[in-house]
Amino acid sequence: MISILRTIWKVFLHLFRKRVTIRYPEERPSLAPRWRGRIVLSRDPDGGERCVACYLCAVACPVDCISLQAAEDEAGRRYPSFFRINFSRCIFCGFCEEACPTYAIQLTPDFEMCEYMHRNLVHEKEDLLISGPGKYPEYSFYRVAGLAISGKDKGEAENESAPVDVKDLMP
Amino acid sequence: MNETIMRLLMIAVVLGGALFIASGLIWLERRLLGLWQDRYGPNRVGPFGTFQVVADMIKVFTKEDWVPPFADKAVFVLAPAVIVATILMPFAVIPFAPAMQVINLNVGLLFFLAMSALGVYSVTLAGWSSASKYSLLGGLRAAAQMLSYEVFMGLSLVGVVLLSGSFSLGRIVEAQQGLWFCIPQFFGLVVFVIAGVAETHRLPFDLPEAESELVAGFHSEYSGMKFGMFFVGEYLGVTLVSAMITTLFFGGWMGPLLPPVVWFLLKTFFFICFFILLRASLPRPRYDQLMALGWKVMLPLSLMNIVITGGILLARG
Repeated sequence: MISILRTIWKVFLHLFRKRVTIRYPEERPSLAPRWRGRIVLSRDPDGGERCVACYLCAVACPVDCISLQAAEDEAGRRYPSFFRINFSRCIFCGFCEEACPTYAIQLTPDFEMCEYMHRNLVHEKEDLLISGPGKYPEYSFYRVAGLAISGKDKGEAENESAPVDVKDLMP
Repeated sequence: MNETIMRLLMIAVVLGGALFIASGLIWLERRLLGLWQDRYGPNRVGPFGTFQVVADMIKVFTKEDWVPPFADKAVFVLAPAVIVATILMPFAVIPFAPAMQVINLNVGLLFFLAMSALGVYSVTLAGWSSASKYSLLGGLRAAAQMLSYEVFMGLSLVGVVLLSGSFSLGRIVEAQQGLWFCIPQFFGLVVFVIAGVAETHRLPFDLPEAESELVAGFHSEYSGMKFGMFFVGEYLGVTLVSAMITTLFFGGWMGPLLPPVVWFLLKTFFFICFFILLRASLPRPRYDQLMALGWKVMLPLSLMNIVITGGILLARG
């Protein structure tokens, strides 16, 4: 009996509490820096595409929402000829971001991507590519990778020593 | 002639007022529940969400008004009308102010009890005519619950009648001139409030509906405005029981400074809010607990109240 009255009183006291609701369109919620929202493809500091079309994101994706086709340009750089993310399937798990070896695919704190048509949720490469480097401003894959492309031969990357001549007997 | 017009006007005012308050409660209840749960409730349609009522009405009216093919059609259609009618009737005998009353029955209290007893038919028939097991279970529960709580409701008011010496609600209010009956009839008040909650089958005593077990209980099969009628009936019931608590235990229209009607409405509003607070705070008891509370606690309490009140009145002479 006392506990019932106490319950009623305690609930009544909620009259003087602050409400927890955030009235969304007028008030914006504060999103965590690591919020996993809309997926973007970033560029390296020089403005080139970071994606090397390794398919690791497509493999890691548990719902198979990423599809792409690898291609290679005349400089020897790999890039995706198309890159498509079906956001009506995406579960925003962030596995693609973890799998990406070049920091190309990144999840951003943006969730406002409603559409009236399902097919408008399929984002193509033009929709996904952003102009900047995203979360890792200094990183450029071809500057640190050992892969030879035109204008940068083997051994010329940052922190890379010249390649060993295997036919030379000298230590 | 003039008398008749005044009477008709009074009926229109009371009818309109009761329905207006009942529909306003749709909004008020959701706002208050929101307040007590640290959220907003409906706040989009119109100022503070007050037009939510209109939006809900439009929605209810445009819903498909469907009668299940397996239902007993005539009874199915009749049941929701019965609850609204039986709950609207007692508003006729409630004195809102000294001369503001549709009819001053000398058995007003009995009329109220009789009408609220008739309300049982509505839910029972609704549950039975739906010919669905959840509805039937809800209807059965409603019948058992409302009939048993009817007993204590009547018994709890005997003390009030003893003190005032009349069944007329106007006389009962006048008898509270010196002291409101909530003090000498405290146990009567407690029993009446609990029985009133059970009569209107509101939370925590909403076992006939019990959405966690019975879908929506006796009105599972109802849709559209027929469902709306049950809804309006429930809110009318809350208003009615609040008005009766005010009239019987809290001095009706009596109060200083403000005009009598305002006092009556303020007190009624307070008890409506209390009803909503009960809904916000208390969980639903098990069915056997509800019955045990009724017959093992409420009945002895109300009988004791009668014996003590009668004894004191006799001793005083």
